[in-house]
Amino acid sequence: MHITKLRGAVCAAAILAMAPALAGAQELRIGVGSEASAADPHFHNIGTNNQLRRGIFEALIDTDEQQALRPLLAESWEAVDDTTWQFNLRDDVTFTDGSSFDAWDVIYTICRIPNVPESPSPFTTYTKAAIGFEVPDPHTLLVKTAEPYPLLPTEFATWGIISAKANGVNGEEIEFTPEDCGDIEYPTTQAFNDGSAAIGTGPFKLEAFRRGDSVTVVRNDDYWGEPAPWERVTYLPLTSDGPRVAALLAGDVDLIETPALQDLERLQNTDGIEVIEGISNRVIYIHLDSDRDETPMVTGTDENPLKDQRVREALSLAIDRQAIVDRIMQGVAVPAGELLPAGMFGAHAEGDYPAPTVDLERAQALLEEAGYGDGFGITLATPNDRYMNDAQVAQAVAQMWSRLGLETQVDASTATTFFSRRNNLEFSAYLAGWGSGTGEMSSPIKALTATYLPERGYGGANGGRYSNPELDDLLTRALATVDDAEREQMLREASEMAMEDVGVIPLHFEVTPWAMKSSIRYEPRVDQYTLPYHIHPAD
Amino acid sequence: MLVYLLRRIAQSVFVLLAMMVIVFFGIYMVGNPVDILVAPDATPLEVEQAKARLGLDQPVVVQFWNFFVNALQGDLGRSFVHGESAVRLILYYMPATLELAALGLFFAILIGVPLGVYAGYKSDKWQGRAIMTGSIFGFSLPNFWVGMLLILIFAVQLQWLPSTGRGQTVEVLGMRLSIFSSNGLKYMILPAITLALYKASLVIRLARAGTQEALVQDYVKFARAKGLSETRILIVHVLKNIMIPIVTVLGLELGSMIAFAVVTESVFAWPGMGKLLIDSIRSLDRPVVVAYLMLTVVIFIVINLVVDIVYTLLDPRVRVTGDAT
Amino acid sequence: MSEIAHRAAPPKAAEPRTDWTGPAIFGALILSGIVMIWGPQIASLPARIILLAAFILAGRRALGDKIGQYFSGPMAYFGTGFMLLFLALALFAPEIAPQNPYDLRQLDIMDGRLAPGATNFSETFTYRLGTDEQGRDILSAILYGLRVSLMVAVTATLIAMIIGIVVGIYAAWAGGRVDALLMRIVDLQLSFPTILVALMLMAAFGRGIDKIIIALIIVQWAYYARTVRGTALSEARKEYIDAAKGLGLPSWRILLGHLLPNCIPPLIVISTVQVANTIVIESSLSFLGVGVPITQPSLGLLIANGYGYMLSGQYWMSMFPGLALLGVVASINMVGDRLRDTLNPRLRK
Repeated sequence: MHITKLRGAVCAAAILAMAPALAGAQELRIGVGSEASAADPHFHNIGTNNQLRRGIFEALIDTDEQQALRPLLAESWEAVDDTTWQFNLRDDVTFTDGSSFDAWDVIYTICRIPNVPESPSPFTTYTKAAIGFEVPDPHTLLVKTAEPYPLLPTEFATWGIISAKANGVNGEEIEFTPEDCGDIEYPTTQAFNDGSAAIGTGPFKLEAFRRGDSVTVVRNDDYWGEPAPWERVTYLPLTSDGPRVAALLAGDVDLIETPALQDLERLQNTDGIEVIEGISNRVIYIHLDSDRDETPMVTGTDENPLKDQRVREALSLAIDRQAIVDRIMQGVAVPAGELLPAGMFGAHAEGDYPAPTVDLERAQALLEEAGYGDGFGITLATPNDRYMNDAQVAQAVAQMWSRLGLETQVDASTATTFFSRRNNLEFSAYLAGWGSGTGEMSSPIKALTATYLPERGYGGANGGRYSNPELDDLLTRALATVDDAEREQMLREASEMAMEDVGVIPLHFEVTPWAMKSSIRYEPRVDQYTLPYHIHPAD
Repeated sequence: MLVYLLRRIAQSVFVLLAMMVIVFFGIYMVGNPVDILVAPDATPLEVEQAKARLGLDQPVVVQFWNFFVNALQGDLGRSFVHGESAVRLILYYMPATLELAALGLFFAILIGVPLGVYAGYKSDKWQGRAIMTGSIFGFSLPNFWVGMLLILIFAVQLQWLPSTGRGQTVEVLGMRLSIFSSNGLKYMILPAITLALYKASLVIRLARAGTQEALVQDYVKFARAKGLSETRILIVHVLKNIMIPIVTVLGLELGSMIAFAVVTESVFAWPGMGKLLIDSIRSLDRPVVVAYLMLTVVIFIVINLVVDIVYTLLDPRVRVTGDAT
Repeated sequence: MSEIAHRAAPPKAAEPRTDWTGPAIFGALILSGIVMIWGPQIASLPARIILLAAFILAGRRALGDKIGQYFSGPMAYFGTGFMLLFLALALFAPEIAPQNPYDLRQLDIMDGRLAPGATNFSETFTYRLGTDEQGRDILSAILYGLRVSLMVAVTATLIAMIIGIVVGIYAAWAGGRVDALLMRIVDLQLSFPTILVALMLMAAFGRGIDKIIIALIIVQWAYYARTVRGTALSEARKEYIDAAKGLGLPSWRILLGHLLPNCIPPLIVISTVQVANTIVIESSLSFLGVGVPITQPSLGLLIANGYGYMLSGQYWMSMFPGLALLGVVASINMVGDRLRDTLNPRLRK
């Protein structure tokens, strides 16, 4: 499902008269909700950095608004056999220092990714599948994997490519092994931040990275593709919700990310301002401790009632998802029946797997069947600064569970504390969110519902320790199935399995709003990125 | 004198160490920053690697020792989030806070002195009482609440001033300041007023007391006898005599202005070191929090030392034996 | 052991003077703190009524014959009236509030973000000051929030005062190196701004009512220690102490019976103003997200929660708690101002 609401009277003349003449026709000012921690494309794998990266350092493959793969620096790609992917690279691309782009730059980039000092979150997750390369000609790259690896192109779409030559390295001499690439020079993160190493192939060039103040990029006039619609783009970090909206209303910025939900109505009713909304790949869910015999945050019973599938289902049925969407999310969310929005890869088609509707009577009956007719006490943990209205959603869920007869408390903490505690398994029930980085059902299934197996990378965010060996098998097979149609069918089955077990309770999919002056237009994206080369002046 | 100075510095260093230990271990207890810094789909192995890269895999005592040894060599570590030297980060954000505090002090004088002088002049009349009651509201208003109201009125309703953020900056002596550009100044007005309001109440009180005292002095009586107008007496004679103590006291208040800027900067999204501190606390960016603490403590030690020395020089009655009672 | 004992002066015929006003107020404050902390669970309604009455009587007693001087001008009436009103509202919040805002079963998100004066779905309940996004009655939330804010401030101030008294008297009594050391610590503590130290401590402690109280105690005790030491030193030199010693009373009796009661009156003024300051600091910390937990919002946290809705015209969620905060802080400050003028003749014009 793809919602695009376009509201607000088109009144460009009025807004131009109102706004201070800060932004010229060729200049775009974006109020971003969080600040990029570095201009280094490989320093920190986090949305804010990645959306900045995309304008400056291009990847082999692009993703469109629906996270479907599109050619970028690679014109095409295919699996030549089960363990080899071939990428055919463009031959007309140059970096902003004038050096031309070829396959060796890709290998150089993959070599650098594990070698970024003090990187809090490297991109190694998305490069480690590659165990060898062959370069038959400078614009053809063969990538070897140990096992059949259908997700390779998806993963190669996540990191930007830097130039080997610009950094004084002759790419042909790189001896790649999965462990290291020998003794070669890499630019430092600081060199990217001060601009000296910020050499990419993208539609923009980095002009200045001013921490806490702004990031500016200017048009790359020698760009190989369609030139960017803006001469200069300024990203202003406006991290508080109110001030960000106020800046748009005051005309200080042209577009803002994620205006607070409570401000949408006001924005929609303002002349010269438009709001667009699009469903995101992020699901908000509740994990229940379905593994331990004794669980820390349940009271009034000696055992762990959450081990019982009937109790988990009762908890799911007691939640009025539509009410949460309408009242807490103010309509800017979609009730969720599984972990990925309908229409995305591995999710069911629209209407095939709807969100459960609230059914208190059935929930009550299930509780009684399980022997908990008198209820028990439970604490729902939640972060309070991570997802849209996260703590409020948790409180609303707590209201609904209270109505089922459970003594429900809410334990809200800041994200850092929350995730540390979750990883220490301090919770019996917690609310969190998951954005599918790859745009596939395999991402949430693997992270949230697969058995916790650190050595295989399964269940990394499975804080409820839900486990179903059948599901694990199905997932393992799906992850090695290169045929798209077959894989998608397997993922759908895996999703159904997890939902029937209530291994995790999906609540809703976040919908991302953007607000902008009517003089510009933008297409909402499921990955929630704000990409300035896709922002255009309205016709 | 030298012995006294050394002793004071030694005592301050002791406090510094105590605070450092509390904050270092405290933040360690609250949570692990890596849990939020890594990409959510990172494998547990990658999480471990990230911890190792940031040195967070070692026992906390070892972490503290490493930090301590480096700190002795003047290296307070690198930010977990930004990968940049913590001290450099803070110094980078510092000019914005300093210029905001300076403008705040200026506004405090601009608002406080006329009101205070007038209240002192009319101290037994209703005007004087009204101003004094008003000043109570001045320091009862929570900083963040004033900021919110100002944004609502002047930025959103009237649209006279920009709501938040920092405007254009001009490079002066290697620092980027906005106080010298008209666009930048516009962004500073609301946060500076917010910051000034609390101090303005203090200025009102100082100015009122000073005025009351000055009005009974001989030079005022003399000026009155010469037939000078009351306005002229207030502006020329009284003001001249009360300004020096007011400016002195406010200079001492600069430290607390910087501290209160933490709240104001958060409301106005002003990219100063106060906001950096709050963001770093949120993300458990321990090097930055500890470095901020150490830097401010050093600033305060310097301010206090200067004050002590100035007092000693000005007033020989204050003995520098360390016991000033 | 003590310097004062060494300085035993010839006995004089001065009557040992004991003023119990200070301890009376002190006791009332401690009582109110206890009730604030343990809430209505153990303190029944009559207990809280008696407590409020005792507080008023103790205040009346403290002012003594200066009551006329205290009530000069409208500000005193205004401030005192409002302070007592807010205190009563906080003490009797469970009885006055139309809803228990912490009981999730009483809330309904379908009643969320209703404007002041709106009724609930079944029209059985009017939200006089509107609701927040959880359907929580703002009026009730303010009353309970007032309770949290006052509880945190009063408790922290009281404990800080007790620590300050102990340290101050001990420093004055012991003298010498101990005194010098303690006073240096006090000086250093006071040279750093309260809000910054509190912020650092909260960063280290994490959120929680107990934690914020501890942080506020740590940042405050030094004020009291310094004041008490000063008073104790000057009192110790007075004749009645010498007389008491001459009578052969043991040290502890002199300390508790004579020195302590006379050190308390100056603390009344300071602690009044400090309660107001502490409320502001607590609300600022809560606003910054390092204060009380969201499930037990203080006024500062209510304002922070409602802040996001202000631009969209749903002013009531943050405006009314803000006015309540301003009212309670301003009224306490007015009382403090009057008390200072009345009890400290030196500062009076």
